[in-house]
Amino acid sequence: MRAHQLQHKLGKWLLISIAVLFLGCFLLLPLVLVLVSALSKGLDVYWAALSEPDALSALQLTLLVAAISVPLNLVFGVAASWAIAKFQFRGRSLLITLIDLPFAVSPVISGLVFVLLFGAQGLFGPWLAEHDVRILFALPGIVLATVFVTFPFVARELIPLMQAQGRDDEEAALSLGASGWQTFRRVTLPNIKWGLMYGVLLCNARAMGEFGAVSVVSGHIRGRTNTLPLHVEILYNEYQFVAAFAVASVLALLALLTLILKRIVETRVAHSLNRGAHA
Amino acid sequence: MSAVLSISAVQLSAPSRRQRDVLPGLTLTLGWTLFWLALIVLLPLGALFGKAATLGFDGLYDALSAPRVRAALALSFSSALIAAGVCAVFGLLIAWVLKRYRFPGRGLLDALVDLPIALPTAVAGIALTALYAPKGWLGAPLLEYGIKVAYTPLGIVVALIFVGLPFVVRTLQPVLEELEREQEEAAATLGAGPLRIFIKVTLPALLPAWLTGTTLAFARAVGEYGSVIFIAGNIPMVSEIAPLLIVSKLEQFDYAGATAIACAMLTVSFLLLLPLNWLQGRLVRPVH
Repeated sequence: MRAHQLQHKLGKWLLISIAVLFLGCFLLLPLVLVLVSALSKGLDVYWAALSEPDALSALQLTLLVAAISVPLNLVFGVAASWAIAKFQFRGRSLLITLIDLPFAVSPVISGLVFVLLFGAQGLFGPWLAEHDVRILFALPGIVLATVFVTFPFVARELIPLMQAQGRDDEEAALSLGASGWQTFRRVTLPNIKWGLMYGVLLCNARAMGEFGAVSVVSGHIRGRTNTLPLHVEILYNEYQFVAAFAVASVLALLALLTLILKRIVETRVAHSLNRGAHA
Repeated sequence: MSAVLSISAVQLSAPSRRQRDVLPGLTLTLGWTLFWLALIVLLPLGALFGKAATLGFDGLYDALSAPRVRAALALSFSSALIAAGVCAVFGLLIAWVLKRYRFPGRGLLDALVDLPIALPTAVAGIALTALYAPKGWLGAPLLEYGIKVAYTPLGIVVALIFVGLPFVVRTLQPVLEELEREQEEAAATLGAGPLRIFIKVTLPALLPAWLTGTTLAFARAVGEYGSVIFIAGNIPMVSEIAPLLIVSKLEQFDYAGATAIACAMLTVSFLLLLPLNWLQGRLVRPVH
């Protein structure tokens, strides 16, 4: 019996060591490396890389793109999950599959589809050129590509949550004389707020960090259509490694902040799910 | 009592739901959903397949039969397959360790699993490259054993493991949580060893989620771009992935070539996703 227990303990610590080693080599070390490399030439060089005009305009564009695309997908996500979770209609599961579709598409293809629509040889290309409207290699193209890749995030988080919570609360509010909008604002929104925040958090992280799709549609015009991730690439390819890692560290810190907030929100989501299950 | 009440509530509300719905907003929300879906997702993807249709079968076949294209597609799918396999094995191990064992730093490790989802792929790309480069923290010791990671197909696999891992771990964790230990304990009292219990009792229960997570990791890895292009070396025929080839075709204004590769990738991915959705539909039953 003793030998058996010892064996069990040995196995446990062996498995833990493998897990720690694997996560360390693949996840923790890259993260540490970003921060160490960014600061390897001291704080002055770090600040210089971040306060350089191109870096600042990249930061501005990244924030602007996220500020436009996240609310768009937030409204869509709430509308889609209201329709899908609270009602039964034909083609519901097909609709869910279609909403998930952008997850299965390579980021590069997500950019390509907009080039095929709005590029010079694209479907609407000639018309856009005639009317002097710039979509590709400009802000609208970057926003469209970002909205595409972040499309499912909010809806995906809310649909299961709203489904689990059912529609009893809303029906009660309506039968007590509340209007549809009042019901949504006073009953549904408080019920789903943590799930909503969770979805927005992930949506925002992806919107600020998207690389492939934005890279295809942006045209890489320095100081104009360069987002932070694209700026990292340019600096890296110019062998300005410290500057590249300095800009990357801002994105990494943003990712860490996202993970921390995600942890906090996650427990609340579990709580609101449980309440839904017991109601 | 509450069970009786809820049953009668269902019976009461079921017919009324069909006649006239008390909840408002279906037309508005469904209308907006369909409009937005059509505008953002279906129209652009339609443009892709429309473009492919103008090429015709012969045009597509020609574009796809170029040796460089074939090599890129083969590399993308094979490295994604290997990475998904590694993620499957280690993802299972990590999910198991995080759920079943208590040890210092467990919470931190658990939070770390989500890092690839939150970290921009370009950042992951340059970090992994610097880490596994010949002079990197891990690249240098590995090189002493003759293993070159960065700027080789092996580097691609490393990057794809990075992006794929959370999918396996996070898909397995809720199932592991629900898994009833009584079954395992019953098997133990009947004299089964830990390995035998794992294979005969635990693994079959985990299998659907394990497959789902692995397929998700694979689907994500096939299309991955940002984290791969820095570490890959991007040598045509050797370490050039399909998404990168799409980008270089676009830079040469070869829209047809880019479209053909994109269609090939999407078709295979969809064929993978269809059975996955079917599996999920069977898997996810309401947990009350």
